[in-house]
Amino acid sequence: MYGRGLRALSISTVVAVVAALTLVFFYAPLEAEQGFLQKIFYLHVPLAIIALCGFVAGGLFAIAHLRTRDPRWDMRSYVVIHMSLIFAVATLITGSIWAKGSWGHWWVWSEPTLVSFLIVFLLYATYQPLRFSIEDPERQARYASVFAITAGAFVPANFIAVRLASEFLHPRVLGSTSNLPGPMALAFLASLVAWALLFVTLCRYELAAKHTRFQLRALRRRLAGEQARPARRRRSAAPEPATGAATLGARVAGRGAST
Amino acid sequence: MSVLLAETPALPLHTAGKYVAGAYIVVFAIVLIYVAIMAIRLGRIEGELGELLALTEEDQLVGRDAGDPGDGGGHPRRDAGDSRRAAADPRHDPGETQEPPHAARESAPA
Repeated sequence: MYGRGLRALSISTVVAVVAALTLVFFYAPLEAEQGFLQKIFYLHVPLAIIALCGFVAGGLFAIAHLRTRDPRWDMRSYVVIHMSLIFAVATLITGSIWAKGSWGHWWVWSEPTLVSFLIVFLLYATYQPLRFSIEDPERQARYASVFAITAGAFVPANFIAVRLASEFLHPRVLGSTSNLPGPMALAFLASLVAWALLFVTLCRYELAAKHTRFQLRALRRRLAGEQARPARRRRSAAPEPATGAATLGARVAGRGAST
Repeated sequence: MSVLLAETPALPLHTAGKYVAGAYIVVFAIVLIYVAIMAIRLGRIEGELGELLALTEEDQLVGRDAGDPGDGGGHPRRDAGDSRRAAADPRHDPGETQEPPHAARESAPA
């Protein structure tokens, strides 16, 4: 179910990423002030936008989970937040590299955009420890959803607060692509689409992997259950040899428990 | 290709080049590591599936070797085999293609 259309999506992602890189390096002109260093912009900014949108999407999926109690929404929320965290790590690293090349420092603590993104990242870094500290699966999903909604609401609030802040050392990008020359804007939008496609593809792979593992567990449980049932019936009538279906059920159940 | 290269600006690999290369390499390395982790997981799933298949095949062989002594209940092993095949076939139970809540809950946080 989650694997449907994955091949087409993967091919589109590869094509989009290659096209975006071609546009960035061979079509978009060099920026007057930063020169070649500005090429990081086409990587860093889309990653940041996608990571933040992913966090918000995680919150929306969590709302759907709390409304419907359907665990699939919880799984989607978990996967999207997980992937956004990976993208956020990439954003922080590429941002640091860009800052070093441009400002001469790996990190500038007085810059609100950097610090606010770090705060959002650290906030979401607590999502998984929180989630896995709860054993009961139902409570785990519910608490994780509440966290995802609260943190998801914090993301746009944080974004607006930063924009209202007085210090604007960090260049403003979102909503200002009209300031970019045509080729730069095209390269930027192509990069945004390409990295967004990569995000969606990786999420779909993760969901497909989780779903497959679930189906495998269900199959194991079913095998164990269906073997155990006739075994119990037989045991009441006559002693059963050590080999056969009952043993298989026990073995399947045993191995299932051990994994 | 030569026309394209003639049209494109030369990539200045001086000071800025190493930062740009570093940024892009880091991102591709992250994606690569992620894909490698996914491949390992896939291998594990494949292993588990193989293990289950081996167990069911082993059981069928044992059943055949034992000559199916019969216990008054028809052919339990064959019945079990049928139900196993049915369990492996997602068309058997349409509800099973959707995740039942109790099982999906187990899989979600893994």
